[in-house]
Amino acid sequence: MPTNNTTTENTESIENTEKGLYARFHLQHSNTKSSGFALNVDLTLPESGLTAIFGQSGSGKTTLLRCIAGLERAQQGHFVMKGEIWQSDTIFLPTHKRPLGYVFQESSLFTHLTAKGNLDYAIKRSGIPLPANLYEQVIDLMGIESVLTNNSQQLSGGEKQRVAIARALLIQPKLLLMDEPLASLDNARKQEILPYLEKLRSTLKTPILYVSHSVEEVMRLADHVVLMQDGKVATQGHVEEVFSQLKSPLLVNNDTGVIWQGKIIEQDNKWHLSKVSCAGSDLWIRNNGDTLGQNVRVRILATDVSLTLTYHEDSSILNRLPVKVLEIVADKDPAMALVRLQTEQNTLIARLTYRSVEHLALAEGKALWAQIKSVALVR
Amino acid sequence: MLSASDLEAIWLTFKVATTVTVILLLIGTPIAWWLARTRSRLKGPVGAIVALPLVLPPTVLGFYLLIAMGPNGFIGQLTQELGIGTLPFTFWGLIVASVFYSLPFVVQPIQNAIEAIGERPLEVAATLRAGSWDRFFTIVLPLAKPGFITAAILGFTHTVGEFGVVLMIGGNIPGQTRVVSVQIYDHVEALEYDQAHKLAAIMVIFSFLVLLGLYSFQRKNTLWGAK
Repeated sequence: MPTNNTTTENTESIENTEKGLYARFHLQHSNTKSSGFALNVDLTLPESGLTAIFGQSGSGKTTLLRCIAGLERAQQGHFVMKGEIWQSDTIFLPTHKRPLGYVFQESSLFTHLTAKGNLDYAIKRSGIPLPANLYEQVIDLMGIESVLTNNSQQLSGGEKQRVAIARALLIQPKLLLMDEPLASLDNARKQEILPYLEKLRSTLKTPILYVSHSVEEVMRLADHVVLMQDGKVATQGHVEEVFSQLKSPLLVNNDTGVIWQGKIIEQDNKWHLSKVSCAGSDLWIRNNGDTLGQNVRVRILATDVSLTLTYHEDSSILNRLPVKVLEIVADKDPAMALVRLQTEQNTLIARLTYRSVEHLALAEGKALWAQIKSVALVR
Repeated sequence: MLSASDLEAIWLTFKVATTVTVILLLIGTPIAWWLARTRSRLKGPVGAIVALPLVLPPTVLGFYLLIAMGPNGFIGQLTQELGIGTLPFTFWGLIVASVFYSLPFVVQPIQNAIEAIGERPLEVAATLRAGSWDRFFTIVLPLAKPGFITAAILGFTHTVGEFGVVLMIGGNIPGQTRVVSVQIYDHVEALEYDQAHKLAAIMVIFSFLVLLGLYSFQRKNTLWGAK
């Protein structure tokens, strides 16, 4: 528990922090259980949208979130949220004085209360009058109307987590922190909750910090990605940018691929296809019941991209784009190379054998055609 | 039937046990809270001191308390300063001694119950803007309720059942310190076996019913409160 030494008057003025979130933490664990672990971060995060804090377990992402929440006290810490100082050398707001919402990894409902009792616990303490309809909106957004009167122990794992998210929303936070909210659920439950999180992300104006070690969740939900490694920030940036880097530790083995943002501009009902326009490059994808004009995010795996020197009409491949080679780097596999390509306005990554690289005489700046075997709709 | 002095002893026993239980819940809860959550090195020693009455002969405990509360003991000097006189062989002396004697029976179930709750519900409550008192009353108390009930019942019954400490510190003053257990001893000394039988049987039945009630109430929990 944080000790109380609250100073609410923000006498320090910190420049450039009126907007955005500024976090600097230095924390060294001294107990033997996690000996050697140190968190060292210095970050400025966007003030809106969903920022995924991504990393392997033990990389310090949860510790970072707990430091931001004040649940853990870093030896040196600084956190400013849109000009409000939560922690500095002289200030440490205890958790219950920070206007945040927190969703824990495992079910964290109070077992002695019903689902509704858990929501009321938040409403009573939010300190802000409940705006008309917010309650109904949140219940509706999370789809928990039917389980409200149930005792929290009777709920399924997915329902518990949805109630926990609703509870965190009803406190009306200025910052929503989510610590792997799906990690304790099986895949079916994950697929059940992901759409709710997507809706949440697009409805909520509050910035969300979302800790995850799942590439899938990051691709589907994140606007911004912070990559953690050994307690440090390895890289950060917009999700498309981070995924288009060749050496990003985000990409493991066959997961390498890029993410494009696009819009459905045409639908071909005869062949059940949709045309997605992604910054000047058009792609045909299978129609999964999408609607015209819908914003989508697609993923193209490096293993699904092949290169040809000329435009092949006689191929089963639907999507062919003119590209230019940006760089060629070695893959972990000695036979393979990763080639970063420039399309109209996007980046594409192809995974080829070195033999093909030599056969096609690939070199920086060379223009050729990329054939994209499959495009996955991420959302 | 029961004699007037038997009834007096029963009433006194009830008064002592009730007073001690209330005092123990008030001072035992913070001790249990501290023991359950501290990372201090003092946790071991303090826990051991609290548990001492479990293993010490009541006469040893009574002996030291007698000395401490006597005219030259530190408690005795304090009470004399305050103008209360000395405590041994008074009702309140008996209460003080009983509080020490029954302390582990109240602290340990509460401590176990609080430990079983763990850190997480309190962290969750903190993220929902609940301050420390709020967390205690709205999270800890309801979640640790079985532990508190066990603690109260054990504290009460254990105080009812004490004998050695009473003899050492309270003696045998009717209406002041002569509780049921001492009364039974007196009857036996005087060879009034009939009277002794009645009181002894009342004690057995009372204790059995209380424990029966406790076990049926806490079917899921063990006597000690935790799962």
